[in-house]
Amino acid sequence: MKTMTLHVFDGLLLLSIVALAWASLATTDVRRSVILFMAFGLVLAVAWGRLLAPDVALAEAAIGAGLSGALLLAAVHRQPRPLSPVSSNDSRHQGPNGLSIVVRWAVTLLSAALAGTLAWALLHAFSSTPHNMLPQAISGNLAASGVSNPVTAVLLNFRAYDTLLELAVLLTAVLGIFSLGQATPGYQPAGPVFDGLVHWLVPVLILMAGYLLWVGAHAPGGAFQAGAALAAAGVVLRLAGRSRIGLPDGSALRIVMAAGVGVFLLVGLSLLLLGRPFLGYPPAWAGALILLIETAAMLSIAATLLLAFLGGQPESTGVKAAAKQQREEISL
Amino acid sequence: MMTTQILYALTGCVIVALGLRGALLHASLLQRIVAINVMGAGVFMLLIAVAYRGPGLPPDPLPHALVLTGIVVAVSATALALALARRLHAEQDDD
Repeated sequence: MKTMTLHVFDGLLLLSIVALAWASLATTDVRRSVILFMAFGLVLAVAWGRLLAPDVALAEAAIGAGLSGALLLAAVHRQPRPLSPVSSNDSRHQGPNGLSIVVRWAVTLLSAALAGTLAWALLHAFSSTPHNMLPQAISGNLAASGVSNPVTAVLLNFRAYDTLLELAVLLTAVLGIFSLGQATPGYQPAGPVFDGLVHWLVPVLILMAGYLLWVGAHAPGGAFQAGAALAAAGVVLRLAGRSRIGLPDGSALRIVMAAGVGVFLLVGLSLLLLGRPFLGYPPAWAGALILLIETAAMLSIAATLLLAFLGGQPESTGVKAAAKQQREEISL
Repeated sequence: MMTTQILYALTGCVIVALGLRGALLHASLLQRIVAINVMGAGVFMLLIAVAYRGPGLPPDPLPHALVLTGIVVAVSATALALALARRLHAEQDDD
């Protein structure tokens, strides 16, 4: 009876996931597409919970649905008219996107063939004898990793090199965004209800970030989820029209942006000097070193995500903000 | 071999295909970005399904760590893509 209910739940969950993905991509209304994509992300988080992946579920809800959705919605907001088609001038008589029916069908068939190949490869892999060597190696060495949450152990210890490079990817992305232009102008000051909510929400989000960072050592959580919660606090402040959203100015901002990669590298190089492998923590210090790296990573991730939401280099608060406020007062 | 694992993995394949089709066919850059994100979600679903080893058994944490990394990289790539799209439109508007 219990498994039967679970199968029904699985079926409904998967149906709604496919339906939301399809609906999000079938519409040509960009705003609707983005909102359906956010719903898709939230239902995915439920699926990750169902598949016993609570760390991923937290990250998906906070980043995949939450912050990606905020980024995309902000982009829709900036671009009220639909983003212009790649080739719109000479192909009006063809399909809705200027593509002929033949091309559309060819692409559909190609995608279906890809899905088929993937499914075939997966079924092939499932039917062969499972390799349990890696999971066994992880659980066997968990005691020496400094943390008891196996996902955190993989991210910050066994595969710490991957996470270091991931933080470098984040830094590269935000530098790319900086090179593309200034931050978008801020929003209007919020009404009293939203403003009141901000007073409650921002401290709770900061507290939650601290909790997620700490609890990541032995339960679902960690630097990514904590960084996302911290960035969400900044996004809320930004949406409420505040000029200060928790980002430091000038060189302090640059230090926060690079802190994740910097502290990670410093720890790795110091260990090399002590005669240990790069990022090979001594088991006695592993817990403390992981917490140190995760704290720096959380700050960098939060700053990166918030800068991504701003969409460019923020004007330094101070002179420019004062001038802007003056302009706004004059225009009122 | 478990039905739950296979069911979720096959759904992942379908979502990858839906995302790829959307990314290739949509004219709007923003919707292409959404489609690539959907495609990524399909890959995540494949990995999480592979990690699942049945009720009561601990799942394989390695794919979970990969997906966590993937989610963060996906959002930063999305942000960069959106900044590129914004700049592209600003340039087009100048013409």
